[in-house]
Amino acid sequence: MKVENFAERKIEIDGWPVNLTSYQIGETYHCKADNVSPGAGLARTTGATREEAENKAIARAKELLRRTKRREV
Amino acid sequence: MADYAHPEALVSTDWVAQHSKDANVRVVEVDVDTNSYKEGHVPGAIAWAWNTQLSDTVRRDILNKHQFEKLMADSGVSNTTKVILYGDNNNWFAAWALWQMKMYGHNDVQIMNGGRKKWLSEGREVSIDVPAPVVATYHATGPDNSLRAFLDQVQSALQARSHLMVDVRSPQEFTGEILAPPGLPETCQRGGHIPHARNIPWGKACNEDGTFKSADELKSLYGGEGVDGTKPVIAYCRIGERSSHTWFVLKYLLGYDKVLNYDGSWTEWGNLVGVPVERGSVAAKA
Repeated sequence: MKVENFAERKIEIDGWPVNLTSYQIGETYHCKADNVSPGAGLARTTGATREEAENKAIARAKELLRRTKRREV
Repeated sequence: MADYAHPEALVSTDWVAQHSKDANVRVVEVDVDTNSYKEGHVPGAIAWAWNTQLSDTVRRDILNKHQFEKLMADSGVSNTTKVILYGDNNNWFAAWALWQMKMYGHNDVQIMNGGRKKWLSEGREVSIDVPAPVVATYHATGPDNSLRAFLDQVQSALQARSHLMVDVRSPQEFTGEILAPPGLPETCQRGGHIPHARNIPWGKACNEDGTFKSADELKSLYGGEGVDGTKPVIAYCRIGERSSHTWFVLKYLLGYDKVLNYDGSWTEWGNLVGVPVERGSVAAKA
């Protein structure tokens, strides 16, 4: 199988920049959401379409990012 | 790659596409997200899980020599096998694996420049087949602890101001605004950084496609913060994988000899009683 339709885009969730990477392998779209800095993965999802995979990843990333506390420095 | 001090430390995705199934080559995917491999990987590649196979699961430590030898043997890696490492997040844990392999004396190990991201973005072939390597014989040397910094060394270095401390985390982790990467569990009691550390986030060493920046760009990046190879360096992050990426850049791409990876990193320092911590100021200078 070849990887097809690779795409990346940056969005913002609750003030945090998030990178969405999606691509197709066979019939399945895969999406990975990571925090841009440092780049650690927040969610890895699949779907029949890019939109479905991305929406699942965004929902999970939102859950996790809401738990991040900012402190005064 | 010719401008790097050790261009032989890297291979291209093209090279891997042509050689991944060669008899004396073992391609290994090492990811932050250990599920990445299952969705599709370089044909012929096996996977190592950083959190179970490249770490002692009881003590907080890297593999001991016996564990390392067993992993290599079970992976079909002999002392003369050419090992190609790649992974997600621009090779974070691929660099961690390379660091351990160098500690145990494996000479012929390289990183696929650009990692998993570049392979996928180029629309290359992937496989979901999991190879079953023939068990090999492996004898490790070391560990060579001159590549690693332990807590007591970091404390001594701080007191003597003998090393440059390079904190490769994000600016928000460095200043103490957040205690862990956004979205991940907090794993320390306090935020901030080791006093006098420079903040040079690991990702600044990479291009958008995941490959490493040129030697000139890297020299400028690190040299701008006083890291030019004249003074020994201790690199750290949160758990030691991002700093192994920077360790690789400084040691193999720029050829700086005295570079240590402090894998205890902030999950150790940030939880200690009575050690100094600085907060704020991304531009902390010595």
